[in-house]
Amino acid sequence: MALSITEACVNCWACVDVCPNTAIHESDPVFAIDSDKCTECLAEFPEAQCAAICPIECAIVDELGTPLNPLGSLTGIPVEKLQELLAVATRGQPAST
Amino acid sequence: MDLPVISNTAPASGGGCSSSGCGTAPDALSHLPDHIRAKVQDHPCYSEEAHHYFARMHVAVAPACNIQCNYCNRKYDCANESRPGVVSELLHPDQAIKKVLAVAATIPQMTVLGIAGPGDPLANPERTFETFRQLSEKAPDIKLCVSTNGLNLPKYVDEIAKHNIDHVTITINCLDPEVGAKIYPWIYWENKRIRGVEAAAILIAQQQRGLEMLVERGILVKVNSVMIPGVNDEHLKEVSRAVKAKGAFLHNVMPLIAEAEHGTYYGIMAQRSPSTEELQAIQDECAGDMAMMRHCRQCRADAVGLLGEDRGAEFTLDKLDAMEIDYDSAMARRKEVHDAIIDQLEARRALPAAPAAPATALDSSAPLPAPLPEDSRPVLMAVATAGQGLINQHFGHAREFLVYEASPAGVRFISHRKTELYCVGGDTCGDEGQDGVSADSILDRTIAALAGCEVVLCSKIGFEPWGLLEQAGIQPNGEHAMEAIETAVMAVYRELAEAGKLATPAPDQKRA
Repeated sequence: MALSITEACVNCWACVDVCPNTAIHESDPVFAIDSDKCTECLAEFPEAQCAAICPIECAIVDELGTPLNPLGSLTGIPVEKLQELLAVATRGQPAST
Repeated sequence: MDLPVISNTAPASGGGCSSSGCGTAPDALSHLPDHIRAKVQDHPCYSEEAHHYFARMHVAVAPACNIQCNYCNRKYDCANESRPGVVSELLHPDQAIKKVLAVAATIPQMTVLGIAGPGDPLANPERTFETFRQLSEKAPDIKLCVSTNGLNLPKYVDEIAKHNIDHVTITINCLDPEVGAKIYPWIYWENKRIRGVEAAAILIAQQQRGLEMLVERGILVKVNSVMIPGVNDEHLKEVSRAVKAKGAFLHNVMPLIAEAEHGTYYGIMAQRSPSTEELQAIQDECAGDMAMMRHCRQCRADAVGLLGEDRGAEFTLDKLDAMEIDYDSAMARRKEVHDAIIDQLEARRALPAAPAAPATALDSSAPLPAPLPEDSRPVLMAVATAGQGLINQHFGHAREFLVYEASPAGVRFISHRKTELYCVGGDTCGDEGQDGVSADSILDRTIAALAGCEVVLCSKIGFEPWGLLEQAGIQPNGEHAMEAIETAVMAVYRELAEAGKLATPAPDQKRA
């Protein structure tokens, strides 16, 4: 049982500092969770600490790939609006700089 | 120990300095008690006067945050952007030390190092305090500052005091949790994500307690507030009164920056930013209770250089690797430069205020200029300056203009206006910088940014912008190149008065 970090992650370090199991480390392109160390905080806290502080929706997922902070759950921006913006961003993806 | 409460009441009419000062102390700081003023008058982020001479830098060692603000988007970075929370290169403390020493050796006017993010410094206590610890050891001539949202402040006040940090900035946007719930969707507190009014109430209580604890320890506190029209604009007057009563020494009301392309909640939800007039009105109202700061540039969390400029690109990690710094010799040179600047500032402070009343003529046979009629209307003038308090920048090179108000009471600094409004997004946002935008449209935007100003003073100006400015009702003026700003602004004001242009209302301005 372990959580993992998706490419939505912005490498802000917040989860590293609050993980009670020191299971999270800097990695490329995004931070990574050591599945041997991660306990999903089940014994330690009522909420998985990485997911409780993560500012990015859909960046932390469980073993089934279900985000602990789904789209629209952190910013209050309506989901339809976010999906609209995502669609525009994918269509007009500029070359990465 | 209590810090004295600051009285910064603007004079009812005429008769010398207005609330933001004039002449020798073009500053809100002239009203501060001496022992506080001595600490802050050479600090570029607190003193409008000092910011023309001394530089600051931020190091981005604090990426983590423990709250979400509706004006912030943690995904965003763009090298062309200038606003809080944006950085290009995150640093580990060791890298930050190397960068600070390199900047201090290259830009000896750099006197202040701040940690301001891009997250919250006190949500990154190890990285933040390790940076401060090494710096106080290796570069004792640099002043240290930290900015925070305040949530973890009570916990770290004693650590802050230990590191000889004598200035702390707290961002306080509200006192009412109902207002706070519209600004902060959540906080991370005691191992839980807490939302809504409950979250805002905890944050507000921590901010206020942190403020009190800092003041008790003799640490200077500046309060930043983001003005969000319809959310906390009216409420900020109460915030100003409350933080002053608790001993904050300066209040900095900044305009909300919200553009859809920034991806922030406010940007996407089309929350509008305040107009320059609205911002100034709230600043003026708060100034009755509190020393106000008007020269803030809302820097990036990795800004380097004088306020309004950013030399960060000269000090990227790859460039730092190639630099060898002998800090002991750099420190000796820095001291010479600082002493020279302080001498220059003191000489300036010793001069009489920029006279609104007729100056004493050198030649007694020369006719004295007529006094300005009391009812002459105030005039806003924009100034292109590259520092030193002089009109010393070419119109076309100015990335921002300082706006001064001239009136029979004197000259006062009002605000700065950026010509390239942070990021214009789209095609212009790549390495090619502004090349994607035609010169015409940049000029149009510059002229729009100068709305409300009747004169623009610069060292030189091209033929084409001259004509367009005139068409827009803004008079270009290159006759005061290399002169002190306040003196030149007053001279131009006097010319307008003599031409009889101040008895009538301001001419309507046409947008170019």
